[in-house]
Amino acid sequence: MSPIFLELIVLGLGLGMLLIESFAERLNRNTIAIIGIIGLACVFLLLQFGSFSSTAVTGYTQDKAALFFKKFALVTTIIVLIMSIDYSDTIRKFVRGISPQAGIGEFYSLPILTCAGMMWMASATDFVLIFISLEIVTVSFYALVAFTRRNPLSLEAGAKYLILGALSTGFFVYGITWIYGVTQHTNLTSIAKVLPSIPASEQTGLLFGAMLVLVGLGFKVAAAPFQFWVPDVYQGAPTPITAFLSVGSKASGFIVLLRVLEAFQSLPAVAYKLSLAIVLLAAGTLIYGNLAALPQTNFKRLLAYSSIGHAGYLLMAVASFGALDAGLAVVVYLAAYLLMTLLSFLILIIVAKNSEGDDITHFNGLSKRSPFLAFSLLVAMMSLAGVPLTAGFLGKFLVFKVAFESQQFLLIVLAIITVGCGYYYYLKVVRAMYWQTTTGTPTTIPVSLLSTITIGALVVLIFLFGIFPQFGAGLLS
Amino acid sequence: MNLLVHLSYLGPLGAAVLILFGFAPRRTAITGAIVALISSLILFLGYDHTAGGYQFVSALQLVPAWDLKFYVGVDGLNATMLLLTSLVALAAAWMSPRTEENLHRYMACLMAIAAGAAGAFASLDLFFFYAFHELALIPTFLMIGIWGTGNKQAAAWKITIYLSIGSIILLVGLIGLYLLVPEKDRTFDIVKLQAMASHGVFAGDGAKPIYLLLLLGFGTLVSLFPFHTWAPQAYASAPVPVAMLHAGVLKKFGLYGLLRIALPLMPEAARYWSWLLLALLVGNIIFVGLATISQKQLDLTLGYSSVMHMGYIFLGIATSNLIGVNGAALLMLAHGLSIAALFAIAGELRRQTGTLDYRDLGGLAKSMPLLSFLFGLAAYASIGLPGFANFASELLVFFGAFKTATPGAAFNGYQIATVCALWGLVISAVYMLRAYRNIFFGERSSRWANVKDVSLGLGWPVLLLLAGLIFFGFMPQTVLQKIEPGMALFWK
Repeated sequence: MSPIFLELIVLGLGLGMLLIESFAERLNRNTIAIIGIIGLACVFLLLQFGSFSSTAVTGYTQDKAALFFKKFALVTTIIVLIMSIDYSDTIRKFVRGISPQAGIGEFYSLPILTCAGMMWMASATDFVLIFISLEIVTVSFYALVAFTRRNPLSLEAGAKYLILGALSTGFFVYGITWIYGVTQHTNLTSIAKVLPSIPASEQTGLLFGAMLVLVGLGFKVAAAPFQFWVPDVYQGAPTPITAFLSVGSKASGFIVLLRVLEAFQSLPAVAYKLSLAIVLLAAGTLIYGNLAALPQTNFKRLLAYSSIGHAGYLLMAVASFGALDAGLAVVVYLAAYLLMTLLSFLILIIVAKNSEGDDITHFNGLSKRSPFLAFSLLVAMMSLAGVPLTAGFLGKFLVFKVAFESQQFLLIVLAIITVGCGYYYYLKVVRAMYWQTTTGTPTTIPVSLLSTITIGALVVLIFLFGIFPQFGAGLLS
Repeated sequence: MNLLVHLSYLGPLGAAVLILFGFAPRRTAITGAIVALISSLILFLGYDHTAGGYQFVSALQLVPAWDLKFYVGVDGLNATMLLLTSLVALAAAWMSPRTEENLHRYMACLMAIAAGAAGAFASLDLFFFYAFHELALIPTFLMIGIWGTGNKQAAAWKITIYLSIGSIILLVGLIGLYLLVPEKDRTFDIVKLQAMASHGVFAGDGAKPIYLLLLLGFGTLVSLFPFHTWAPQAYASAPVPVAMLHAGVLKKFGLYGLLRIALPLMPEAARYWSWLLLALLVGNIIFVGLATISQKQLDLTLGYSSVMHMGYIFLGIATSNLIGVNGAALLMLAHGLSIAALFAIAGELRRQTGTLDYRDLGGLAKSMPLLSFLFGLAAYASIGLPGFANFASELLVFFGAFKTATPGAAFNGYQIATVCALWGLVISAVYMLRAYRNIFFGERSSRWANVKDVSLGLGWPVLLLLAGLIFFGFMPQTVLQKIEPGMALFWK
């Protein structure tokens, strides 16, 4: 069996859910989400334990990285669906239709289609396929970001994302045409083969194309200076979608970035200039993301800036591409990032639902209102800040290690400062939860069974990754 | 037999978990601390110094590719540190309040600090050595912010930011150290790294910047001048047991790291940067010492004095000879015991009177004879009067520093620093005796006529700490003979 079938199964699952949505009007919409979760979980198990034939398909690879990113997309989507169930009240409020359940079913099915796109992107090694899968992801995000259409913030976010997404797509395609113009190939493997024979006079064109591709991907992974859409879009989008954007979309940007860079390694002159550009991107992203996060008072916006900051650490690992474990560092960092970011968003959704807002002040006294949520968020914040024995530390450790190995001292110095900033703004949340008291009587926050299990599992995984790195490495290999 | 080392951190850690599951907070914490104390006593007494090396080791391989394992074991140095940790942890658990909001979380956090400190000292693997220390810092931050006094949030912020940045600098230094080793030999194993050092793996110029990173990272954690400003405020605001544990034990982590890792691995780089360390430690002793004299409150005086005394330990470390580093190691123990006792006494005083301001207090010896006696002993120990371990160790440090001299030549940096440090003794006598006079002697205001003295039931942990100081003061060789085999491998 080729892993392509998995993508087809996921696609079928999404379409099937849409059909159920339109024909089974009486059905409780949450059942649709549960069907989606179970379906994706089955695909995940298939991926984990199934055996795949190694028949080569042009432009489609099934190497370890591809399989890892497929699993990554599946897990992210499952957790996003779990969040969406908790978030469905807000959807109901802002999407009024003829029936009280209007719109909910689509909100559960669209992420599945996005997931199919991400899984495909993980395997794509041809610029055409990369572009198509990237667009599947991006176009479904256009719809999802603006989904709560009676909420002006969400609409604003949708418009911004649409315009800047289209712009970045333009850069990306234009870059591909330049690369094609020089190499006569769109397939990355073939490009890598012909690159050494490119005469020096044509390398400028090649570099120009590669830079344009880098700009296009810079938008996707939210690297400075292409990050300006992030805060508004993240704040305006429905929270589960924000989580999806900041984890899923970013990860797929990074897999494409790694694949493109890998292809260009065969031409050191261009690869060197590309890596210089990435160092600059990483430096700007680290500084911007972390410094701009310092004064934030809204938790969702804080997470948006923190996601820019983490893109900086990831780019730092990408910039050290020559080092032994650079790929591993990116992968481990992304896995850790998935756990801790999704955990934060999940708790944000539950707390925001019960406190009528998502400012940091709404987390005041959370330790009294729900010790479980407060402790879990403490773990998430510690992991994001990079405290040892959590998953986030392992990621930071590897990033620092590969940066040291490839002598990126500028980035290391910047990263030391920005990690310090990180402690400040992540602990701001901890302070609100533990050191401040709520105004008014503290009411306990109910947490549904499914969310409790998910939160518990994420916390345990964060510790497992942190304390037993070989456990994480085993999952990833 | 090898389970003993694990008990030293599992005792408090287990207590923390059990408390969170609803066991009686105080009793469980004290039980955990006693388990740790017994195990570390057996380790300390059972360490065979004639055989030397690391004993009671046990290892669990985690990532073979990086040679990362969970590896614990003791030699004389960390057996002494474990003994200090468990002694102070027991005293801190005993001195913790009986009634406090969310007492179970309070005690769980406290035990987590003790467990983190013990784990850091017991680890012989860089990764866990670093990780356990961070594990102890998080509850420290939380406890200062939640249960502290005065301007607690500002204090908690400051210590958080300083120590976080210090740890991250340290982390980068440790990664650099890891990468200095040729690729096929890379390891997190401290014992292997120490063995490599004797083959000159860390001898090149590459070690210099890395030693500097380690010095600054560890230094920030130990409140090396001028990165010390977090300490006085944090100790003044922290709940008493936290101040005892952090100033007494956790802060020693940085010094222990220098003695265990930075110096033995990179002696040449250490010599290269010794001028910097000497200049900064004189700042600790003189500048911070003078700042201590000007304090008007006992808690701030103690906070500053604990920063100041780090200067002596740094001096011992800077000497790079056997007498000096032995003195530094003994002084770590002595200072840990004495500062913990002082913070405990200050806490008791505040509980009875509600203030630690010198202008409000006075004449309390009349109503609190036992507390005043205990304070007197602890203050004398802190000044370094003969008979206490502080005296023995400071003497060793000074001898070590003077040993670097060339006969007949002008004073070198070490000797100048020693002269400053001797004046530092006068400074500490000034502020400690002034504190003693202002609080316990002179006119007693009528407000304090009915203040109750500390009972022996509450005060015995302080007595225990002081007894330790006197015991090691008269018989420093009990500690020194355990420490020496480990130290003699790297220093002459």
